[in-house]
Amino acid sequence: MTDRLPGFSTLAVHAGAQPDPTTGARATPIYQTTSFVFNDADHAASLFGLQAFGNIYTRIGNPTNAVLEERVAALEGGTAALAVASGHAAQLVVLQQLLRPGDEIIAARKLYGGSINQFTHAFKAFGWNVAWADPDDVASFEQAVTPHTKAIFIESIANPAGSITDIEAIAAVARKAGVPLIVDNTLASPYLIKPIDHGADIVVHSLTKFLGGHGNSLGGIIVDAGTFDWSKDNKYPMLSEPRPEYHGIRIQETFGNFAFAIACRVLGLRDLGPALSPFNAFMILTGIETLPLRMQKHCDNAKAVAEFLSTHPAVSAVNYAGLPGDRYNALQRKYAPRGAGAVFTFSLKGGYDAGVNLVSNLRLFSHLANVGDTRSLVIHPASTTHSQLDDAAKVKSGAAPEVVRLSIGIEDKEDLIADLDQALRA
Amino acid sequence: MNHDAYDDNYIRSILNNVKSIAMVGASPVNVRPSYFAFKYLAQRGYDMIPVNPGHVGKALMGKPFVASLADIDRPIDMIDIFRNSSHIMPVVEEALKLSPLPKVIWMQLGARDDAAAEKAEAAGLKVVMNRCPKIEYGRLSSEISWMGVNSRTLSSKRAPIPTQGMRLSLNRTSFGGGQTAASDRAAKNKTETT
Repeated sequence: MTDRLPGFSTLAVHAGAQPDPTTGARATPIYQTTSFVFNDADHAASLFGLQAFGNIYTRIGNPTNAVLEERVAALEGGTAALAVASGHAAQLVVLQQLLRPGDEIIAARKLYGGSINQFTHAFKAFGWNVAWADPDDVASFEQAVTPHTKAIFIESIANPAGSITDIEAIAAVARKAGVPLIVDNTLASPYLIKPIDHGADIVVHSLTKFLGGHGNSLGGIIVDAGTFDWSKDNKYPMLSEPRPEYHGIRIQETFGNFAFAIACRVLGLRDLGPALSPFNAFMILTGIETLPLRMQKHCDNAKAVAEFLSTHPAVSAVNYAGLPGDRYNALQRKYAPRGAGAVFTFSLKGGYDAGVNLVSNLRLFSHLANVGDTRSLVIHPASTTHSQLDDAAKVKSGAAPEVVRLSIGIEDKEDLIADLDQALRA
Repeated sequence: MNHDAYDDNYIRSILNNVKSIAMVGASPVNVRPSYFAFKYLAQRGYDMIPVNPGHVGKALMGKPFVASLADIDRPIDMIDIFRNSSHIMPVVEEALKLSPLPKVIWMQLGARDDAAAEKAEAAGLKVVMNRCPKIEYGRLSSEISWMGVNSRTLSSKRAPIPTQGMRLSLNRTSFGGGQTAASDRAAKNKTETT
């Protein structure tokens, strides 16, 4: 028996998965069932009372989903994880454990447009308030802290421009404020950045993107770093106080350093309901097995395309942290030395109309609202993902009218460059 | 002995070798963590003895409560202490008067007393602090993976079918210590600041 730490690629293939006890199946079976039989009445009571480990109902947990959860927890260096129906569901479930009406989170202004909408409108209706801060200005996070602040939320690589966030600096603000740092690691994936190593207390993902990687299955996940002490004051009663629905159990006292993941499961997922389909979990697990190979190819291709665009006469600017001279290049070399990811933006000299033309002229790039697919994707954020923001907010979030966003796939880079070249000339 | 992070082989050898466990501070209240752990370990085949002077005359899963370690009529391999850190030392001192000596002192999740640990180790006992044997057993057998917990173990062998009352194999290949590095660091920082 050796206690050596396996490498990332070994974990991507093996973590959480063991040959099926009943059949010996080597691939993880799809346990497409709503519910699981109990051994007897006492076993049922033990499971419902959180006294035993086991399966009850797929809205609370499922063996296929559990493999996915353990695998992502292992890849991120967390203590536990909870898979949910989408990245948005992950954010909802996380914040439900942390916030009460009248509480606040501080969020980076540069976020996926869908997250900006979710925080601004849906969460506001719950009485959860958002204070926006500038991820390029750490002091703006410090200034936003109030007695009502319950968490800080950032993206490691920020949508849409692929900018790199100084996670350690913002983690220091969170520690000082006594609140957890939540990092959306969707665009980096743990292959490029492991936010827990830089001070994150909770990591969330849209599994739909690079982790699943094939543009075929929605999913989200919450990873508990096991680093935050939820009981040191009474700020987080979901974790520190007796839970009436479980006869007075205190979640942190009972579950220790994976209490947050358990709270998300037995209080969040159980009551809000956004469970992940076991079939989707299987598809995403299969995707994760090749994450290291795909992610490196995504990054290498993206760098080649960014270099091509940076010298193109129709292009006024390229925002790719992997380019020397980019304002985020130093942060990229610190946080994501294997590559700057595959999502970035560039600006066209011809403005809004040139953006619309480019999208319609491309033959290989698909025009759609997703990122992190094997296929290369293109979108004009100002008219789509960020269209619900006002003009000033569009510019602040990196989605000005002349900006086009690419998500570079794993095709041959020469073909991607040729497609962009012909579309820019057309 | 580094008590900030334990090697899995250390925890595994304890759980594989002890047979009788006296649980000091065991509670008959079925929402207390001690009750969960007692029941789980009893179902895994350990000879469990509940120790709590407040409940003498009652039984926990058919096992009668005893008032103190000295009242136990058979040798004890391990003492699992479900008390706050400030109540550990007297229990360890009592344990060291037993004959034969127990082999392991285990302090529950949240409990740590380095001076008591040193005393027990000087007498040749193994010590685990700030851990739960139920969680560790579930983790090393991968049973806990059903809850999405990172077991920090891998195996390419067919898993045994877990059923109530069965001893599971704890002998899976481990990586790293029992906890992730980040959570170990957090626990250490907490110890240093309190």
